[in-house]
Amino acid sequence: MKKTLLFVLIMTMVLGAMFAQGTKDVAPTGEKEIIILGKSMGNGFFDAVFRGSEEAAAELGGIKTTYMAPPQATAEGQIEIIETLIAQRVDGIAISANDADALIPVAKKAMAAGIKVISYDSGISVGGRIVDLLPSNPELIGRQQVQLAAELTDYKGDIAVLSASAQATNQNLWIEWMKEEVKEADYSNMELVEVVYGDDAPDKSYREAVSLMQKYPDLKAIICPTTVGLLATAQAVKDAGKTGVVEVTGLGLPSEMKGYILDGTCRQMALWNPIDLGYSSTYILNGLIEGTVDGSTGEEIPAGRMGAIKIEENGIAFMSTPYVFNKDNIVEFAEIY
Amino acid sequence: MPDLSFSSFVKKALARREAALTLLLVVILVPITIRSPQFLSAKNISTILNDMAILSIVAIGEFYVILSNGIDLSVGSIIAFTGMATGMINQANPTVSPILLMFAGMGIGMVMGLFNGVLVAYGKIPPIITTLGTVNIYRGLTFLLSGGTWVTAHEMSESYIAFPRNTFLGVSNLLWIALLVIAVFYYFSRYSRTGREVYAIGGNPTAAKFVGVNENRVRVVVFLISGTLCGLAGALWTARYASAVNEMATGFEMQAVAACVLGGVNFAGGSGGIIGVVLGTLFLGVVTNALPVIYLSVFWQTFVQGLIILIALTLNTMSDQRKTKKLLAQRRG
Repeated sequence: MKKTLLFVLIMTMVLGAMFAQGTKDVAPTGEKEIIILGKSMGNGFFDAVFRGSEEAAAELGGIKTTYMAPPQATAEGQIEIIETLIAQRVDGIAISANDADALIPVAKKAMAAGIKVISYDSGISVGGRIVDLLPSNPELIGRQQVQLAAELTDYKGDIAVLSASAQATNQNLWIEWMKEEVKEADYSNMELVEVVYGDDAPDKSYREAVSLMQKYPDLKAIICPTTVGLLATAQAVKDAGKTGVVEVTGLGLPSEMKGYILDGTCRQMALWNPIDLGYSSTYILNGLIEGTVDGSTGEEIPAGRMGAIKIEENGIAFMSTPYVFNKDNIVEFAEIY
Repeated sequence: MPDLSFSSFVKKALARREAALTLLLVVILVPITIRSPQFLSAKNISTILNDMAILSIVAIGEFYVILSNGIDLSVGSIIAFTGMATGMINQANPTVSPILLMFAGMGIGMVMGLFNGVLVAYGKIPPIITTLGTVNIYRGLTFLLSGGTWVTAHEMSESYIAFPRNTFLGVSNLLWIALLVIAVFYYFSRYSRTGREVYAIGGNPTAAKFVGVNENRVRVVVFLISGTLCGLAGALWTARYASAVNEMATGFEMQAVAACVLGGVNFAGGSGGIIGVVLGTLFLGVVTNALPVIYLSVFWQTFVQGLIILIALTLNTMSDQRKTKKLLAQRRG
């Protein structure tokens, strides 16, 4: 008697599970449901990411995109949300991780449940996502920085780099590529005279910028691949009355740099654009859900206006060259991030 | 009959720490100027002086704390908090006068210094421990105040950013303020009763108490001075660098202490002077500004900076020992 009861119980559970699985397969709602998961609520950066996702969803059709984020930027908050999403059986999640490793177990669980998981902006380590979308790669960033400076100086004269600390891995990689780019024939009249380090401290960066201008009276441009350095350099150039004589460019947050871009001290600079990140993430998720791509090395995922995004080893994908900001678009983007 | 010969004049001058430091400054300037002649241009000198103005203000505050046989490690964090606070006040009310912001910074800094002072004087916690705690507390408060965000140039009023840059009689306001602080505290340390009491407490606390010096009061006063001057420095800092970031002035306490020690302030308290502190600041200013200009690789700069400071200190100590020997010899004779 007991055995029969147990058998019936187990059968009901198994059938129930099969049925649950079945509904999904047999009766698809027709609309793919994806989630853009941000680091925390009330962050303009992720609002912009979601704007890009909505844009892509409108282009693709048949996709419902939703923005979610924990109230505070913690891995625990994100894990909780992902658990709920697993229960809701959404189709895809794009995550900007608050912790590259802490999210792996829950992300694995989601993928085991058939949800396509990718990370963007701030990646999850290998194993916790199918694709990790990075805004750009060091080569594209470094080469573009020199191009930006060259456009400002008419491809002539001395240029210098004012970086973060001498040990900053990202900046050092970018600077290596800047040095490569300057070797090209287009820049035969330009010379990268020195790399100095402001340690991402406003006072030290300011001092280094002043001494660069003193040391190289013919200096035409300073490239600062860090926002703090860029701010301090712009102020130093402005104080020295050298606006228009020494051009300033680099990588900077639009909201922080707005003033110097509008007054012409820094006529153009670059940074990855969160709208493009959300847009590309949505295209990648769509491809993964439809099964047209699976995120294997060497694959090229079409991503609308961003072109094709190539998947490199370990599922890492680089989006594009950073987005260029100037006085025409800075006001709009300063509102966003 | 007094010895009027030139060699004796030089010897006497050298015996004074201030003079020794001045001489060292000149010795360092010669090779720098040969390597990079524009270093001594009027423009560059004014750049260095402006660059050192904020440090001199903070170093004077630090001087009083060290003089009382204490140390204030929280100066960088007080600068950060007050700088952020004045930046945010300015952001919210762009019309508020820069002078008012300076006083706001001083007021906030005074409260922070008072907290340090009360803990040291009445809590009987050693200054190094107290300020080791408050350096983190104040930095944390800065993050809490700002919510992690920055205040940048376009969010501040033009009058505030222009304030330290505007010139009066060809000298920037920033430098005028530093000169005023130097003058006021030169007078304070030499001629005011409280100023002399700081020397007494630092030199011999037991004797000072016997002659009626209120030790607790002096200990609170020195931290109050340091906090207030840091507040002023913070308000100036934000305007000068046209940005208030949470990490600003991190490690600034080391520069302030270095300026004092270079200027001949006794670490055990009781001796030293404002002129020495100002010279110590100038010395640091020349070294930090000269090294990048003489095409020295960045990887050597911090090393050479440390080396020069060490040499200067060694010379200082040697001149001290000579003085002590001379005094002992006099006593015997």
